[in-house]
Amino acid sequence: MKRLKLLFLQIVVMVVSLLIWHVVSTTSLFGDVKTTQFFFSTPLAVLERTFKQLTSGEIYWHLGITLTETVLAFVIGSLAGILFGFAFARHELLSAVFDPYIKAANALPRVVLAPIFALWFGLGIWSKVALGFTLVFFIVFFNVYQGVREVSPTILANARMLGMNERQLFKHVYWPSALTWMFSSLHTSVGFALVGAVVGEYLGSSAGLGYKIHEAESVFDVTGVFSGMLILAIFVIAIDALVTMVEKRLLVWRPAQSATTT
Amino acid sequence: MELQDRPQVDAGAGTHAPAEPAVALSGIDITFHLADGGRYQAVKGVDLKVYPGEFVSIVGPTGCGKSTLLNAAAGLLSPSSGQVGIFGKPLAGLNRRAGYLFQQDALMPWKTALDNVKVALEPMGVPAKEADERAREWLARVGLRTFVDRYPHMLSGGQRKRVSLAQMLIRNPEILLMDEPFGPLDAQTRQIMGNLLLDLWSRDRKALMFVTHDLEEAIALSDRVVVMSAGPAAGIVADYKVSLPRPRDIADIRLEKAFHEIHRDIWSSLRVEVQKAYAMGEGRELVAGETP
Repeated sequence: MKRLKLLFLQIVVMVVSLLIWHVVSTTSLFGDVKTTQFFFSTPLAVLERTFKQLTSGEIYWHLGITLTETVLAFVIGSLAGILFGFAFARHELLSAVFDPYIKAANALPRVVLAPIFALWFGLGIWSKVALGFTLVFFIVFFNVYQGVREVSPTILANARMLGMNERQLFKHVYWPSALTWMFSSLHTSVGFALVGAVVGEYLGSSAGLGYKIHEAESVFDVTGVFSGMLILAIFVIAIDALVTMVEKRLLVWRPAQSATTT
Repeated sequence: MELQDRPQVDAGAGTHAPAEPAVALSGIDITFHLADGGRYQAVKGVDLKVYPGEFVSIVGPTGCGKSTLLNAAAGLLSPSSGQVGIFGKPLAGLNRRAGYLFQQDALMPWKTALDNVKVALEPMGVPAKEADERAREWLARVGLRTFVDRYPHMLSGGQRKRVSLAQMLIRNPEILLMDEPFGPLDAQTRQIMGNLLLDLWSRDRKALMFVTHDLEEAIALSDRVVVMSAGPAAGIVADYKVSLPRPRDIADIRLEKAFHEIHRDIWSSLRVEVQKAYAMGEGRELVAGETP
């Protein structure tokens, strides 16, 4: 069985890594045990802390905050991206005029905006939503723009010969084509919404997963940092699985997956 | 087969005789402006009338402007000079009385076969339930009863053409325009599709303009075969009547003696043009800076 063999090997990698970590951090092979544990913690301690956090319930509140920020950044960013993507794709002049500015804005590392957003929107969720928005917007924007521009001329001519007016063309041709491109970048845009939320929390907030990690870090609680990272990883995998499910439903008509991302 | 100006028109096609041509192209010039500032005259001085009930094929060497002419009749492009008349009225904008079958895949890939056919009725304001029934009926008519829920990528090239055919015919257009519709298909599928087309067309005999580079296909299907010259500035060099009896089976008809005679006649004029086109480099040579 190929699948089983693969799974087995994947588990082997995990066990071996954890084993090395454990040996290094609990024996004096590489120096003082207390020092190594201060810097690297131990796998058992991290698992124990994670388990405690997941059962105690407090973490769910932080997860909820992060999730809210992620969803808001994704939804608002996507809506704006769709709106602007359509407008720019249908208006030659608009896209020509704004082209250099869009490129410049997209080239900017978004993290530098985080302090500005904190200043503008405060330390609550909205500064994180704003950061996620700047990441999501451009991905969706470029994909929708491409989707509208790259509608096959034959499909368009055919639709027009069938008597469709502008509204019907939008509904049956432009919109589905743009959505296709947007959905093919769903993983990237949802991922970036989450990055915006966590990075924003990390840089200044009082709630959320990023805050939890930052809090642990500021008191040199390495176990807490690793545990926060583990929870974050589980969270991301869960969201990604959800996105895959949504994607499968929405893109049934497509022959093979060939995701295009910017 | 004699060169002829005015085809015999079925008297039953209209109440007033002689019937108005469904498509009347007169003095059509089509010039493209090229990106480098030059101009390419694709079609020059074309006069062509297609009457209701007539199946007219247009043959000619590659790049001679056959499709360009069809697009002018569809209103997808407007001629530089000359007039397109549709049932006696000058055409402005898209030809609302025509259906168009494209060479390339024109189905919406995000819609199932059923939805692709159904959507053709939406601009006509047909209620959804009725549209659904009629679309199913048409898909059954083109032999796709069990494929209604398939997306285009799950269908073969021939099946996709069948869906396109149903999508076009469900609107019951008075003029059918087809641009090498069976071009991408293999030889057997082409024959099957040809027979299907004849079967569907013969039920109500719409005016049909059929562009193809396959002379045998043109003769087997049509009432008239129009030969176009090699481009640039292509025009009509000959117009042949095909008086083979209907109904026809396009596989069998190729074996008949009359078919060979017609084929020999038309090929004699087509060959000259094909050779000219090859001499000019596949007939795709663009003559920059040429004035109409």
